[in-house]
Amino acid sequence: MTRPTLLIGVMVLTMSACGSDPAPPQYGPNPQLPKPYRGLLPRMVISMPLEWGDAHPIVPQGYTIKAIATDLKIPRQTLLLPNGDILVAEGSGGGAPVLRPKDFIANYIKKQGKSSAKGGNQLTLLRDADGDGAYELRGIFADKLDAPYGLALVNGVIFVANQDALVRFDYRDGQTEASGPPIKITDLPGAINHHWTKALTASPDGRFLYVGIGSNSNITERGMDAEVDRAMVWQIDAQTGAHRQFATGLRNPTALTFQPGTDQLWAAVNERDEIGPDLVPDYVTAVREGAFYGWPYSYWGQNVDTRAQPQDAQKVASAIQPDYSLGSHVAALGLAFSNPAMGADFADGLFVGEHGSWNRSVVVGYKVVFVPFRDGKPSGDPVDFVTGFLGKDGKAHGRPVGVTVDPRGALIVADDLSNTIWRITPDQSIATTAELTL
Amino acid sequence: MPILSAGGQLRPLHPLHALLLAFPLPLFLGALLSDLAYASSFHAQWINFSSWLIAGGLLIGAFTLVWALVEWRRGERSGPGRPMAYFFALLAMWVLGFINELVHAKDAWATMPASLYLSIVVTLLALGASWIGYSGLHARERT
Repeated sequence: MTRPTLLIGVMVLTMSACGSDPAPPQYGPNPQLPKPYRGLLPRMVISMPLEWGDAHPIVPQGYTIKAIATDLKIPRQTLLLPNGDILVAEGSGGGAPVLRPKDFIANYIKKQGKSSAKGGNQLTLLRDADGDGAYELRGIFADKLDAPYGLALVNGVIFVANQDALVRFDYRDGQTEASGPPIKITDLPGAINHHWTKALTASPDGRFLYVGIGSNSNITERGMDAEVDRAMVWQIDAQTGAHRQFATGLRNPTALTFQPGTDQLWAAVNERDEIGPDLVPDYVTAVREGAFYGWPYSYWGQNVDTRAQPQDAQKVASAIQPDYSLGSHVAALGLAFSNPAMGADFADGLFVGEHGSWNRSVVVGYKVVFVPFRDGKPSGDPVDFVTGFLGKDGKAHGRPVGVTVDPRGALIVADDLSNTIWRITPDQSIATTAELTL
Repeated sequence: MPILSAGGQLRPLHPLHALLLAFPLPLFLGALLSDLAYASSFHAQWINFSSWLIAGGLLIGAFTLVWALVEWRRGERSGPGRPMAYFFALLAMWVLGFINELVHAKDAWATMPASLYLSIVVTLLALGASWIGYSGLHARERT
């Protein structure tokens, strides 16, 4: 079953008049941006799935990784509850109609790199009651949701961003099952849902919720009418459900989080495809209120993308640069600020889950990186934190999505290819050093 | 340039062959027109229409091409000139049509202007092939 498809990938690769993709350093605030280029065929290389077997993800020395839940139904994002329980959003949305013959072929190829499991449309609760690191209790907190993705807990309420609506569940500490069906706060833009994931986070005071809404196309090929209320972050009043546009021109804001101790919202954003292996860098950025980040008219500030027509010179002139490039096509889908309990080397910074590329002949991503911070700002190149998702033969064992930091000292990573939740903890020595540094 | 005149009266195409040949020209012409509509309106749906029209032209065009190859290789007594010209016109139409389909698979304005130029050339080749084909490929048998 997998072999013929692999051949398709190779054929496409061979036909696209390519060499190997150069890999210039493309990290940080000022990435090099080559000229846009695309041959007759886009470069598509999919890493075929392969069971983990005896292999497992690789973490830095002094850390331990453990699968705390397997056989989930497409886990995407996780939420840590006050008592240490973990809530896992499972689902698979989208289903945008085929517009062109191209979509049949591209969808088929991309599907080869995904899990064949059906999305659960549910929230699974994991509990480690005795604190030994084994999550022995597992149950379904809520089901019959519609591709749930973003999760947030505010003042005893769990908010869930389905692919078409924001809903809420009341929550008491220790609860293992929702006490009733979800209550809708507001509809979210759900037509077509080319990019269906709805990222979610809450302001530190709990007054507002922020929802990331992806564009309805790569670069407006579904028409501009399909892009109303897309490619932006909404600010939603947690009480009334009223919303306003908080920031726009963010092609696919797939993860949102607040920087601890501040009122600053951060986003991971996936940028556009099909203009070369090193365009356009995916990024993390502090989201400025009211700002326009370029999509679709321009990228990385004011670099015009001529594919979006008619152009809008005024919008381009207003476009601002994001803060920090992660590299093109890495597909950042998870975002979490660290804390000192993670060990001295990873105490201050951002963990980013990178799902991995399809639009490159040399695949990138497929790992969790750590972006070090100093004085509240990124201060260096990303450091690998969890790798080994790609096997030696180019096949993929897993694909990281959401990342969550447990303040007790653990990183939780959702893997939507092997349908696993991974938990990475610093060993005792590192944890002790961290405490001493404090 | 092969000799197109076979002398004497030409026999019409087999009805099924004629039916197949009836598709490429209007489909590729339709694609050209919707390319023009996209170029002047920026409405992405037009380029989607083009993409499907070209795909249709390629699908039926492939059968027509196979039939043309058989007609040429059978090489009836009227000589190979007309069937060969017919086959190569269809072949050029199909190959350029396929490239045009790949160009149409780019996103939004990335298709322009190559898609428009290719659609013009492919439409003209479809017209040429249809002209030769409907004029007849082989001479009538003498009675």
